[in-house]
Amino acid sequence: MGEWLIGTYVFVLAMLVGFELITRVPPTLHTPLMSGANAISGISLIGALLVAGGGGERIAILLAGLAVVMATINVVGGFLVTDRMLRMFRKN
Amino acid sequence: MPPLILDLIYIVSAVLFVLGLKRLGSPATAREGNALAAGAMLLAVVATLLDRSIVSWEVIAAGLVAGAIIGAVLARTVKMTAMPQLVGVFNGFGGGASALVAAAELLRGAQADIPGGISAAIGILIGTVTFSGSFIAFGKLQGFITGRPVTYPLQRTGNLLLFVALLVAAGALVVGPGDPVALGILAGLAFLLGILLVIPIGGADMPVVISLLNSYSGLAAAAAGFVLGNPLLVLAGALVGAAGLILTRLMCRAMNRSLANVAFGAFGGGDATAVGSDEDRPVRRTTAEEAALLLAYASSVVIVPGYGLAVAQAQHEVKKLTDLLLARGVKVKFAIHPVAGRMPGHMNVLLAESDVPYDLLVDLDEINPEFPRTDVAVVVGANDVINPLARDPSSVIAGMPILDVDRARNAIVIKRSLSPGFAGIDNPIFYEERTLMLFADAREAMADLAREVKEI
Repeated sequence: MGEWLIGTYVFVLAMLVGFELITRVPPTLHTPLMSGANAISGISLIGALLVAGGGGERIAILLAGLAVVMATINVVGGFLVTDRMLRMFRKN
Repeated sequence: MPPLILDLIYIVSAVLFVLGLKRLGSPATAREGNALAAGAMLLAVVATLLDRSIVSWEVIAAGLVAGAIIGAVLARTVKMTAMPQLVGVFNGFGGGASALVAAAELLRGAQADIPGGISAAIGILIGTVTFSGSFIAFGKLQGFITGRPVTYPLQRTGNLLLFVALLVAAGALVVGPGDPVALGILAGLAFLLGILLVIPIGGADMPVVISLLNSYSGLAAAAAGFVLGNPLLVLAGALVGAAGLILTRLMCRAMNRSLANVAFGAFGGGDATAVGSDEDRPVRRTTAEEAALLLAYASSVVIVPGYGLAVAQAQHEVKKLTDLLLARGVKVKFAIHPVAGRMPGHMNVLLAESDVPYDLLVDLDEINPEFPRTDVAVVVGANDVINPLARDPSSVIAGMPILDVDRARNAIVIKRSLSPGFAGIDNPIFYEERTLMLFADAREAMADLAREVKEI
């Protein structure tokens, strides 16, 4: 099976899982959910690390290095701010 | 580390992402879910760093340290009212990173086949649109750019031409992967498209825009995953893409508008004074003293907070008033409209910050049947979301789900003036016999009410 075909399987199934998981979330959690999901989208950090550390063309390393900075901001900031919000939620 | 071990660790990380997202969906486990997802990310990053394909460390170390410091400072210092801007900025960085990864991988000369080229073109396109679009959204939310819809002649024709040009550039990139000229043109056009797509959208529609950009940032990460042949990126990106799409749909439904209408409608925020502001019609003015009496001797009170409450920073005063009323045995609830804030669930976060327990916050569907049994509805800084004209098919806001404040026995509306809301239309509730208007700043009014209730 080709790589892109496996990727397509993963993509379609993960979308379905995402729809199932999120549909029942109460509105109270929509903002933390969005910022938490946003932090997860910083997963491109993995790709950025592989390209930035993999050697080769200087321009590629430079762009990937910039991607490391941006993705890390997204990941670290996203998870921290989500936790900060969730700490405030309390029940009566 | 051998590739097989790395792949196995990625699978563990993928499972943790799914479990984390699941736990984020319930108030009792949400914090744990976030920690789980963060753990999954850390695991994947550490495993990647130990991979033997990584040969140079300087760029990586510098990038990780700089990003972590900037991210942590932003996360710790942001005000809760500015949360939509911050999530917008983070979205932008995530999308930008994905676009850069796709571009860097192409420039490295690794991919030459057609599917790889297509994925890279899609990743660069969506990632860059997310990047520039998010920063325009940030500018609008922060007030750097006008919150009004910006329109100009030939807007749609221009966007259409731009889109065709994008397709041509993307095609050129697919035919000759790694061609820096095609790549640069594609990125430049996508950057422009992101700006042009968001700039015509009005401030009140920002919850939809933020949700949609959130979805895009996930899809861009998934596209980068296709370019690198990395299923973990595809999986995590698709999860986020799905989450963003669901929230986008919820927000559209809360305003009874289609996504196309939000994107191209240039709705709301028009010339506020021009449309039906009927200053001469009589209203019943009240004082904090009179309103406090009504509240203190009510048996049930529903508070309807709108974005005006957040702007006036009145959350803490609202909490004080709530505590005093609860202590008197008054039943107090909060009616939260889905688009009460500037992003989905924003109002809930603002009230949580001032320590209002989340079980007092009630959604639109649940609270509406309770209004006829409610003694007093207190409206603070909300307007369009309580406008009964939404039930009139000829109104511009026809069909928008509203909170049925007009069905409560009494209403106290706290507002600076009779000016209309974002939709630019008048609200008949203000002129009703059972509505008392308290003209004041939301924060001062809440503090006055709390003081008066205390003295009773």
